[in-house]
Amino acid sequence: MDTSENILHQASPGLARGSDTARAAKAARLSPSFISWLQAGPMMLVFLAFFLIPLVFVVIVSFWDYNEYQLLPAFSGRGYTDTFEGCIAQLPDLCTIGKTYLKTLKLCFMVWAITLFIGFWVAYFLAFHVKSKTWQMGLSLLCTIPFWTSNVIRMIAWIPLLGRNGLVNSGLVKSRLIDQPVEWLLYSEFSVVLALVHLFTFFMVVPIFNSMIRIDKSLIEAAYDAGATGFQTLVNVVIPLAKPGIVIGSIFVITIVMGDFITIGVMGGQQIAAAGKIIETRLNALQFPAAAANAVILLAITFLIITMMSRIVDIRKEL
Amino acid sequence: MTETTRTTAVSRRTLLKGTAGLAGLAAGSGAITGFPYVMSAEPKVLRYLGTAVNEGDDISKQCLKDTGIKIEYITATTDDVTKRVMTQPNSFDVLDTEYFSLKKLVPSGNILALDARKIKEFDNITPVFTKGETPGGKKIGNQGTAPWKVLYLEGKDSKTFSKTATEFVTLIPTVYNADTLGIRPDLIKRPISSWSELLNPEFKGKASILNIPSIGIMDAAMVVEATGKYKYADKGNMTKEEIDLTMKVMTEAKKAGQFRAFWKDFNESVNLMASGETVIQSMWSPAVTKVRSMGIACTFQPLKEGYRSWASGFCVSKGVSGAKLDWAYEFVNWFLSGYAGAYLNRQGYYSAVLSTAKAHMEPYEWAYWMEGKAAEKDIKAPDGSLLEKAGAVRDGGSYEDRMGAVACWNAVMDENDYMVRKWNEFIAA
Repeated sequence: MDTSENILHQASPGLARGSDTARAAKAARLSPSFISWLQAGPMMLVFLAFFLIPLVFVVIVSFWDYNEYQLLPAFSGRGYTDTFEGCIAQLPDLCTIGKTYLKTLKLCFMVWAITLFIGFWVAYFLAFHVKSKTWQMGLSLLCTIPFWTSNVIRMIAWIPLLGRNGLVNSGLVKSRLIDQPVEWLLYSEFSVVLALVHLFTFFMVVPIFNSMIRIDKSLIEAAYDAGATGFQTLVNVVIPLAKPGIVIGSIFVITIVMGDFITIGVMGGQQIAAAGKIIETRLNALQFPAAAANAVILLAITFLIITMMSRIVDIRKEL
Repeated sequence: MTETTRTTAVSRRTLLKGTAGLAGLAAGSGAITGFPYVMSAEPKVLRYLGTAVNEGDDISKQCLKDTGIKIEYITATTDDVTKRVMTQPNSFDVLDTEYFSLKKLVPSGNILALDARKIKEFDNITPVFTKGETPGGKKIGNQGTAPWKVLYLEGKDSKTFSKTATEFVTLIPTVYNADTLGIRPDLIKRPISSWSELLNPEFKGKASILNIPSIGIMDAAMVVEATGKYKYADKGNMTKEEIDLTMKVMTEAKKAGQFRAFWKDFNESVNLMASGETVIQSMWSPAVTKVRSMGIACTFQPLKEGYRSWASGFCVSKGVSGAKLDWAYEFVNWFLSGYAGAYLNRQGYYSAVLSTAKAHMEPYEWAYWMEGKAAEKDIKAPDGSLLEKAGAVRDGGSYEDRMGAVACWNAVMDENDYMVRKWNEFIAA
C-alpha cells in the first residue's frame, strides 16, 4: 500500500480498500476502527455543522466586496486592506489595528498572569491543604457561586463601588487618606483588568485543581524525604505535573479575553479599543465582509497564541 | 371614556358566550381582558420591528381595543433594526425606523413605500416633515438626512428619492425630537450656552459623548463648528478631509483626558450623569427626564448653535400584501389618530400630527409640553409617575422654539464607511 492510500484509509476506513473484497467483508463485520469512527461520528458532525462550515463561510465572506446595504459576492481583499489601512504609511507609529491588538494583547497578558497566579494558589489550597474530599468538593462548589448571577450584573456591580463618588473613593476621602477622589479606579485599564480577573479566575481554578488532584501524594512525600524544600517541591514536582491544567486554564482565559468587547466596553467606559469591538462596529455599519475579515484576523492571532502554548506542553500526551 | 368602557363590557360578555377554544385563543394572544375582535376568524396580528421609542404596552393595548389589531413588538437597537431589514426582511410586517437609515434601506429593496392617499391624516402631518419648516413658518436646518429630503420615492418600487411630493412615501412620520447636551446644573454652577463647552478643559475628565459613530460625529461636528475652528458645508455629509479634521479635534481632546467615558445606550448615559461621573454630555431627552425623576438636577440644555434632530416613521416589509397590508394601513392611521401622539408628546417627544394629539391631551399638558408655558398642574408621565411639579417650564421652551432651532439631522454620509474607520481610530487612540 502506498502512502496516499494509507492516508485515504485513515480518512475513511472501510471504503479505501473497497476493491479488495476480502477486506471489504472484514469492514462489513464492523472492524474496531469502523466502530470508533462510528462513535466519534456524531461529535464530528456537530463539529462540522456548527464550527467548520460556519468558519469556512466566514473566511469566504471576508473576501467579498460590500457597499452600504449589501454583500457583493465578488472576490475582493477590501475587508483586509481597509483593516490595515495606513499601517505601512504610518510607520513607525502604529495604525488603528496595530494599536488595538497591542492593547488587547496587553490586557490579555495582564489578566492571564493575574488569573494564573490567583487560580494556581486557590487550586493549590484546595488540592493540598484541604484534606477531606467533602470539603474539597464543597469549597470548589463555593467557587462557582459567583456564576449564579449573570456576567453583566457582576460587571456592573463594580461601577458604584469604583466610581468618582463610589464607595471606595468616598471611604478614602472620609478617612482623609486622599483629598480628591481617585479617577483611575473606574473607566480605566485597571477597572477592565479587575473585572476580567473577577469574571474569569474560576476558569483557571478548575483545570489546575483538576490536574493537581491527580498528583500522586507519594511523589510529594518522596520529594520531602529526599530533602527538597517546599519551594523545590513546588517547582520540580507540583508545577510540572499541573502543567496541563495550567495550559487548559490559560487557553480558556486567553480565548475569552481576546474576543471580549463587552467587559472592556463597560468597564473601560467605551474608550479602550478591543479586537472584538472593531468587529461589532463593522457589523453595526453593515460591513459584513470587513467584520468577517477582522474575525479571521482575531482567530488567527488567538490560534497562534494557543499553538505556542501547546508547543510548551503537549496536552494530548499529558491527558 | 364611557364609550370605551361600554365596548369593553359588551365584549367581555361576548367572550363569556364564546367557546372554550376561543377563550384559549384570547389567552394565547396575551389579552385576557377580552375584546370583540378575538371572535374574528383570523386574528389581526402585525409584527412590528422597531426601537423602543414608539413601543409601549399602553399603545399596543389601546390599538387592540380600538382596531382589533394585535401588535407583536420586536425591539432592537437602531443598528440591529437595519441589520434585520437587510438580512431577514420577512421576519416583520411593520417597520418603525429612522429617516437616516433610508439611505441604506431603500436601495436594498427590502421595504415597501406606503401610499399617501390611504393615510387619512397625511395632509395634517406637521410641515416639519413636508416643508422643512415649523407650523409658525420658521425654516429648519437642512443639514444631514433631513426627513423631507428622503420622504418621497419617484415610483412604487423606485430606489431613488423624489425631490417633489409624490404619493409614495418612504416613511410615514411618527415621532421626532431635537437633541442637545445634557448638563448637571448643580455641579457646573454656571450658565452653559454653546456646544463648544463639551470640549472646555474646565470639564476635563467629566465630559462624554455617545459611541454610535453616525450620531457621535454629528455632535462632534456641532462642537467643532461652535469652537469656530471650521464651518461645514453640510455636517451630515462630510468630505474625507472634514471627517479627518473633526476626528483630529476629538482625538486631541480624548488624549488630553477630556472624556470620562463614552456611552452606547440609554441606561449608560443615565448612570454616567446620575452618578456624577460626567457633568456634561450628549444625551437624549427621555434620559434627562429619567435622571430628573431620580431626584437629581439635570438639564436638557438649549444651546445657541441649535439642536441635532432625528425623526422616525413607519413603512412595511416588501413581503406584506393583501389583508395584512390593509391592517398595516389601519394601524398607521390609528397611530396618527391621536392616542399614540399624545402618549409620545407626554414623554417629551413630538408627534407627527399635532392636531389629533392635541385633542387627546389636557389643555394644561399641551401648554406645558408644546407651548413652553409653565405647568399649571403637576406634570405626570404616561405611567402616572410625577415628572415635574406645577410651575416648571420645559427645557428649550415651545415646539416652535425647539424645532425652529434645529441645525442638523442625524445622517448617513456618503463617506460613511470611511467615517466608521476613522471613528474606530478615535476610540483606539
